[in-house]
Amino acid sequence: MATHVQTVSGVDSDLRELATTVVSRAMKAGATAAESVVREGSEFSTVVRMGEVETLKESGSRAIGLRVFLGQSAASTYSSDFTEDGIRRLVSGAMDLAKVTSADAYSGIPEADQLGSLGDLQLYYDDVYSLPPEERIDYARRAEKAALETDARLKNSDGGSFDAATGHKVLANSHGFVGEYRRSYCSVSVAPIAQDDNGNMQRDYWFSLARTLSKLESAESVGREAARRTLRRLGSRKIASTQVPIVLDPMVAGSILDNVFDAVNGDAVYRQSSFLANMLGEKVAADNITVVDDGTIPGGFGTEPFDGEGIPTRRTVVIENGILKSYLLNTYTAKKLGLKTTGNASRGLAGTPGIGAGNFFLQKGDKTPQQIIAGIKQGLYVFQFLGFGVNLVTGDFSRGASGVWIENGELTYPVEEITVAGNLKDMLYNISEIGNDLQFRGSLASPTLRIDGMMIAGE
Amino acid sequence: MTQNQSLFFQKFGITPNDLQRYLGEALSAGGDYADLYFEYLTSTSISVDESIVKSASQGISAGCGVRVLSGDRTGYAYTDDLAPEKIMRAARTAALIARGPAKSPIEGFKENLNHQLYPVASPSADADIAAKLELVMRADRAARAYDPRIVQVRSGYFDELRQILIVGSDGTFASDVQPMARFSVSCIAKSIESSSKGNAGGGGRVGIDYFLTEKTPEHFAHDAARQAIIQLDAREAPAGEMEVVLGPGWPGILLHEAIGHGLEADFNRKGTSAFSGMIGRRVASDKCTVVDNGTLPSRRGSINVDDEGSPTKNTVLIENGILKGYLSDKLSAKLMGMPDTGNGRRESYEHIPMPRMTNTYMLAGDDSPEDIIRSVKRGVYAVNFGGGQVDITNGKFVFSASEAYMIEDGHVTAPLKNCTLIGNGPDALTKVSMVGNDLQLDEGVGTCGKDGQSVPVGVGIPTLKLDTMTVGGTAR
Repeated sequence: MATHVQTVSGVDSDLRELATTVVSRAMKAGATAAESVVREGSEFSTVVRMGEVETLKESGSRAIGLRVFLGQSAASTYSSDFTEDGIRRLVSGAMDLAKVTSADAYSGIPEADQLGSLGDLQLYYDDVYSLPPEERIDYARRAEKAALETDARLKNSDGGSFDAATGHKVLANSHGFVGEYRRSYCSVSVAPIAQDDNGNMQRDYWFSLARTLSKLESAESVGREAARRTLRRLGSRKIASTQVPIVLDPMVAGSILDNVFDAVNGDAVYRQSSFLANMLGEKVAADNITVVDDGTIPGGFGTEPFDGEGIPTRRTVVIENGILKSYLLNTYTAKKLGLKTTGNASRGLAGTPGIGAGNFFLQKGDKTPQQIIAGIKQGLYVFQFLGFGVNLVTGDFSRGASGVWIENGELTYPVEEITVAGNLKDMLYNISEIGNDLQFRGSLASPTLRIDGMMIAGE
Repeated sequence: MTQNQSLFFQKFGITPNDLQRYLGEALSAGGDYADLYFEYLTSTSISVDESIVKSASQGISAGCGVRVLSGDRTGYAYTDDLAPEKIMRAARTAALIARGPAKSPIEGFKENLNHQLYPVASPSADADIAAKLELVMRADRAARAYDPRIVQVRSGYFDELRQILIVGSDGTFASDVQPMARFSVSCIAKSIESSSKGNAGGGGRVGIDYFLTEKTPEHFAHDAARQAIIQLDAREAPAGEMEVVLGPGWPGILLHEAIGHGLEADFNRKGTSAFSGMIGRRVASDKCTVVDNGTLPSRRGSINVDDEGSPTKNTVLIENGILKGYLSDKLSAKLMGMPDTGNGRRESYEHIPMPRMTNTYMLAGDDSPEDIIRSVKRGVYAVNFGGGQVDITNGKFVFSASEAYMIEDGHVTAPLKNCTLIGNGPDALTKVSMVGNDLQLDEGVGTCGKDGQSVPVGVGIPTLKLDTMTVGGTAR
């Protein structure tokens, strides 16, 4: 059984102390505000291919980032050097850089009364490392075996893998805020390869991701699903160019939702580089579309007790019944747009904070994927997008795709080497059916979607 | 031991004896080969946004990765602390991949003569921050001056200096100091009816002088602004199979996606590539000769030694249409009984090396670009691209045009909206019917991702005509 460990402040007092020390040293050096982040993590990964261990990797690392302000001018530094010399250079380097950057009226860390941290959100379980190495390898081996045993046409594999990781993060700033949390992950995945009588090969994969071993799906179920996904691609052919309804499987629908996230990202919005800029309060999608960002869901893959600037995370309705209700913002982009932060600051080690999603999802509908497919006379069920053909400024969308042709409400033969194109502005309006199959396999999730009116280019 | 200027000896006090000891620990459970990869990376970035310098950052990362090979198994561990006990611990962890009696590394190291492909004495990273700042401000001014419809400009300058030391249990000893600089400009244009964007950038393993004399901030700014303005009037791209002409330079991403990845030796060793077992077979028209060349001076994809300490090479991949070779690292070379082409690369000390491309390009042919355009009745002329992607196993690849035009009756006409081109790797190049005499390499913007690892690469082609390719537009 997994033990759920509440983060106890003080256990890693050296990280807390380091974060606060760096902030106070920056203030002593003349900074008017400062913020530091210290991250420590460890990872284990193994790949088993054709039953044999291919790689074993195990390591830990830590790093520190510092952001300083001289009035309205900002600069940042990062380092993996925790020696006295390394810390001295971290601070002096940031101060020197801040002397050459420009004053920006909108810059700064949040106000003191905005800062805070939610309580325990069930993000860390120490059981992810509890399996002995041999059993971790065995998890990957069993996943691959289950996939390859499914069908004789599954003759090769890119391997099964098992990964585990933990991370510990401390954020401190010159308002006296100190927050910290730990997170854990484990995952199993497998990528089998199928070959038909003509020697043509297809590859697909499946995976399970969890914060605790007790919630990780069995190696066998992941293997069988990977096999199903791979086998259905055998015998894929190109089709003639046509305009028919498409049905996106949840993983592919998630990539459209990812485009929506990028379009409501406050950075893109204030720079006018999003097709959803200047649209707050307006209709941007079909009536049935509600999109939510929630950084507070216990155990969620996008959950944090506070954002990259120390603001408590929250639930934000982004699109409600087709109306754009909110952008996702940090302190800077909120000031630029004359709005309030939504607690979506994401902070790497260096640079200014960007915008990160919490758990970002499209609310589910009531039809099963089968019912959605059954309602289509001729169409395409898409289970893979390829490439990066999305222009967020204009909304233009054109991506490679693979899937299965739908004829009279039934899935028939597999299809590949085609593109699907349209414009995101229209696509959001043309989502005519929403599945009931919302499931999180990451921080971003969508149910099955039907979209009408897109152009398929093939022969 | 040759005289070595490596900072690992000077700053971190590592000695050849230490290196022998770490390698011995790595082979303490047997194994065929062990190596250590030391890295010390400093980087600087500055960006101008809304005409002010909103951010500047500098960083340092250092660490050591220990790898042990045993048959086709790899054990790997790393540390970001270069204290002897931490490296020993990483070596002990990596050693666990093997199961056998301890082995000893070869006594003494042998350092090969390296290429000297880029300036080492005056790395860009040492240049004054004020000089870099002036470059990005110049780009901002130039882009805004280009056209009043340019409403947003971001320009950025990034450089890094990577110092590496690689030692192996076979006596391998290599060190390198690898500079890298990159300039980027992105613009948003607006008219009453529409919005658009344009991006440009470039650089290489160069010093800051490169941006003062060869490719100036104004060059990149004008290119980004020009693309954004053109896109304001773009019309819908056609959908379906048609003739496609690729402009010279960066459209060489076609080679990277269509064939390059599929020829990386690890995929072929495992039989997972659509090109597996195809050496000696025709995969392109006889006008096509494609190489991967890591030895071009100052290019973004060039390196004196790869990340396993092997000298880089110029490797012929396709000669007159016939598949000639794969790109290998030490492990694949050994297991496949083929030469190591010096393509073992990794993102950092945290990563296991694997076969990767360097600069991948097609040699020039005889056709003039004008004749190529003139030969097309109705097709697409694509001159700039965003990213691309390939499914190695079934060979299907895409790359997305960010600047393209219709060709009608032999003339370049209207600009087209962004569209993706899709094809099948093993036969896409058999459709090449004309090869231009105007080979160009890209300006130095390419970053290639594989298994979660990013490395800088270059690509290039002369103007090319493909008789048929699927264009992913929206217009019938």
